[in-house]
Amino acid sequence: MNRNTANRTPHDHAATRAAGDDRFSVGRVWAMLLRYLYLLRSSWPRTVELLYWPTLQMLIWGFMSQFLYAHSNYVYRAFGVLLAAVMLWDVLFRGQLGLSISFLEEMWARNLGHLFVTPLRPYEWVASLLAMSFMRVLIGVGPAALLAIVLYHYSIFTLGLPLAAFFAVLLIMGWSLGLAICGLILRHGMGAESLAWLAVFTLSPVSAVYYPVSILPGWLQHVAWALPSTYVFEGMRAVLFQHVFRASYLVTAGGLDLLWLAAGASLFFLAFRDARQRGALLQMGE
Amino acid sequence: MLGECRRTRHIAAMPEPAIDVADLSKRYPTAIAVDRISFAVARGTTTALLGGNGAGKTTTLSILLGLLLPSAGRVRVLGEDMLRHRYRVLPRMNFSSPFVDLPHRLTVRQNLLVYARLYGLPYRRERIAGLAADLQIEALLDRPAGKLSAGQKTRVALAKALLNEPELLLLDEPTASLDPDTGDWVRGYLEAWRTRTGATILMASHNMAEVERLCSQVLMMKAGRIVDRGSPQSLIDRYGRADLEEVFLHIVRQPVLEPEVVR
Repeated sequence: MNRNTANRTPHDHAATRAAGDDRFSVGRVWAMLLRYLYLLRSSWPRTVELLYWPTLQMLIWGFMSQFLYAHSNYVYRAFGVLLAAVMLWDVLFRGQLGLSISFLEEMWARNLGHLFVTPLRPYEWVASLLAMSFMRVLIGVGPAALLAIVLYHYSIFTLGLPLAAFFAVLLIMGWSLGLAICGLILRHGMGAESLAWLAVFTLSPVSAVYYPVSILPGWLQHVAWALPSTYVFEGMRAVLFQHVFRASYLVTAGGLDLLWLAAGASLFFLAFRDARQRGALLQMGE
Repeated sequence: MLGECRRTRHIAAMPEPAIDVADLSKRYPTAIAVDRISFAVARGTTTALLGGNGAGKTTTLSILLGLLLPSAGRVRVLGEDMLRHRYRVLPRMNFSSPFVDLPHRLTVRQNLLVYARLYGLPYRRERIAGLAADLQIEALLDRPAGKLSAGQKTRVALAKALLNEPELLLLDEPTASLDPDTGDWVRGYLEAWRTRTGATILMASHNMAEVERLCSQVLMMKAGRIVDRGSPQSLIDRYGRADLEEVFLHIVRQPVLEPEVVR
């Protein structure tokens, strides 16, 4: 008789009982992260897809910048203004998409029925989705940033420490959006799946990614200043054009991020509870 | 006084049922899936939930697993209130269904490793190797879960369900879509596993021969209610039929008139 399947040791009992403690478990978060890494490893087209769009965007805007450098005072004043914008925008987009895709992997696999009969807590699952989103952003945007140095002799890292702050604000905003979208998919089913690819682009025009917020009509500027991303892109231009870091922008963006994250997480957890009410966890999927 | 103490000690020594359900209901805006059912499943036994499609079996299993919130009633599993303390219970139970596949693109080993970590198990690789030997899936460990036959998937799903050596195992039609030989192998394995470990099994099934072979208690469900219960032989005797399949057909073809008659 095999020890592993027949004779439980006190140690085994302790381990399974520990899984029932009301504590956040890094081990369970790592288990879920491992699942997503296995998935990524099992399909090279998925890894290539992560690199593809950020690199393509960077190539297009890099050549555009080279052209405008000779024809536009705006780009001439700071060559990297468009390249930095496109790479930072990708942090927001990849942050949201990375979270949503990992979530959708469970939907496509109809795996929620298996996951939530284990001791996995919904907030541990969310932690693994955030961690995977962070990794997907690094895999996607990192090589594009390095390629910009090689091709255009522009390094986004010249933004210095503000870059880390911009990155964090945009990533958290991406997570907030991603959680809200996942909540909507939990509530409305796979019919809402396309939100994962589309929703963030509705914020692009008002985030003032490539132009100053002052270009927008007055009423739209109020909307723009409610987005954490607007402060990042305005702050980025302040660093590049005026060589000043506007801390007030960062503080406001951080505060807005907290509000957005609270709203996104609330929507997600309410939708999760609603799915348990409706019995959707066992049925949810394609 | 002494008698009182003895009786108290006797009650305290009686093991609480593995599952104790009282007045459980699940109502949706347009339908009642489960309607005030009560039942208990003794530890170390195998019990079947029988009923036609839409009788409420899967809804009942989902509530017991914590996947679905009931509208009313009390659910105690392994001595804990499932609605308030499900995270104390979930590490001690597990679930398998041929209708809920493991993620297709991960290999069997990767799937089992992920679940072993979710249960916080030590000696994960050794445990998986042991289960793989027991369930004869060693050759499948490095194949994607989506590339397996129905019989192979069932054995892999069982491996996942037994990873944490559950005290309570819930099964949803464990031999559905299996050929007779594989079905028989799975039934034999479950029988031996339960005897060896003393675990409790609650299974929903449409296979009456399987229920007669494995189960000491049957809960007959219809339109969200438990309409009868007892051992397979007692039900066969009570209805004067040749086997459980005939009892099943008799019950599901009767109109629903009255609530459960507790015998």
